[in-house]
Amino acid sequence: MVLKSADHFHDGPLTDVEVRRIRNDFPILDQQVNGNALVYLDSGATSQKPVSVMEAEQEFYEQRNSAVHRGAHTLAVAATDVFEDARATVAAFIGAAENELVWTANATAGLNLIAYSFGNASVGDVPAEARQFAVGPGDEVLVTEMEHHANLVPWQELCRRTGATLTFIPIMEDGLLDMEAAAALFTSRTKVFAFTHVSNVTGVINPVVELTRMAHDVGALVVLDACQSAPHLVLDVKALDVDFAVFSGHKMLAPTGIGAVYGRAELLDAMPPFLTGGSMITTVTMERAGYLPSPQRFEAGTQAISQAAAFAAAVNYLSETGMERIHQWESALGQRMVAGLEDIPGIRVLGPSAGTARAGLAAFEVDGVHAHDVGQFLDASGIAVRVGHHCAQPLHRRLGLSASTRASTYLYNTTDEVDAFLTAVAGVRPYFGITGA
Amino acid sequence: MSALDSLYQQIILEQAKTRTGADLADDQLQGLHLPAGVGQCHQLNPVCGDEITLRVETAGTGSGRAVSGIHWAGDGCSISMASASILSELVVGLGAGEVQGLIDSFREVMRSRGKLEADEEVLGDAAALSGVSKFPARVKCAMLAWVAAEDALNQTG
Repeated sequence: MVLKSADHFHDGPLTDVEVRRIRNDFPILDQQVNGNALVYLDSGATSQKPVSVMEAEQEFYEQRNSAVHRGAHTLAVAATDVFEDARATVAAFIGAAENELVWTANATAGLNLIAYSFGNASVGDVPAEARQFAVGPGDEVLVTEMEHHANLVPWQELCRRTGATLTFIPIMEDGLLDMEAAAALFTSRTKVFAFTHVSNVTGVINPVVELTRMAHDVGALVVLDACQSAPHLVLDVKALDVDFAVFSGHKMLAPTGIGAVYGRAELLDAMPPFLTGGSMITTVTMERAGYLPSPQRFEAGTQAISQAAAFAAAVNYLSETGMERIHQWESALGQRMVAGLEDIPGIRVLGPSAGTARAGLAAFEVDGVHAHDVGQFLDASGIAVRVGHHCAQPLHRRLGLSASTRASTYLYNTTDEVDAFLTAVAGVRPYFGITGA
Repeated sequence: MSALDSLYQQIILEQAKTRTGADLADDQLQGLHLPAGVGQCHQLNPVCGDEITLRVETAGTGSGRAVSGIHWAGDGCSISMASASILSELVVGLGAGEVQGLIDSFREVMRSRGKLEADEEVLGDAAALSGVSKFPARVKCAMLAWVAAEDALNQTG
């Protein structure tokens, strides 16, 4: 594990020297792709993993592997300790209490957990304390036009099942939310407001506190998609005052197969479960079952234990490096990318222009060259980017596109890599024989 | 030739711009009220958003029918658009059985992971797409128009 004691006391963004040291912890980055040094700019899709994370998972299987929350033997206790310590670590990372963090397979599973639990509160014989989650005809579930499909489709389905209506806050040409339109969309009919903290396409950072206040003013529950924020900036769910937040481990140095739902304790304890079965019950008869309080209430079946241990190692790595410093570093890389892209003829960056705050990523259109071809061309130079609609078709449609190319940074990316990327992008249109600006 | 150059041969970049057959009108996209002997198919690659609606017009009946026209509308990468353009130039005038044979040969090459080199005698300009088979992520792009053509042709039988 990289634990450079001196780093703790630094202020300001990471430096290129530190980042080069960080890269030593990520063995995968040290390789050639198509004859060139790998430039990994697809962390928005999934991040690479440091040695300490891989070791945490291996150590669990070598030393402590056992079932958790059952069995009286020593290994079972050790495994349970690892599992619950990991929960405490990840909960603290976002400013939550231990019982407010529910493990899920990933963020998509987390958003579905919330949407299905709301759905379960909307039909049949529902306990009194669960009625606050019910939606039905006449109610509205509000989202935004910039949502990832994972924070859109589950709400469409909830509305289809319950008869509620889906509404959305539109975005403007620069990718920012239309706050004037938003003000009119929060009404007494709004029961749920689900939105992303950071857009995975435009890099727009939404004003969470302001939007949450608007939602709470009309009595709506607030669900925050923190997939693109939890890995990259200081996330404090209490300061943001959201009711629920969801994020994925694999985007923040942890393995695949683990994510988390944050929910305010009193809400999680009142909410009906989604997946039911073993490990989440109190008393079961042939007719009915009672449910444990959160978080066990939402963790039916055997959980991703080694992944939880590794998730804790991942957030430890991030905390030790410093989330604010990581955020500042990536912001600088993002600005460098956008400014550089804007200087290349025929390139249109989606979202805010250079100089305006954005996350450390940039999606762009190359005039005359399809995103898929752009990605292929960059791959030949060893540069890994994402192409397509990035699971945000409505956003692309709004911006008049079906696909774009996205470069997304993380704490291990250098300014040299951003420059190599910009040089390669400048070669795209000439290669495909497209001229003119 | 670099792997990239073998993928993006000049003929492919040109065909991606020429787009022979890309003249299906907006009001024909729904494929409503197709006369006998005409088939139409919409194909979408949800991974990248590549999309094509392709119409096959035939003359004659049964196994004796021949393709008399190909019209399509699409949006996608240079591989998918070039492939649609090449297909359109290749199959007009051929019998239905011959077209199916071409589609089968093309599919076999595309699925070969670079092991099969297309026979230019058989596949004409489509042989230039052989390089695609070394890029598994791009095979669907190249196949898009051919899958649509196969389905549309079957509707005419």
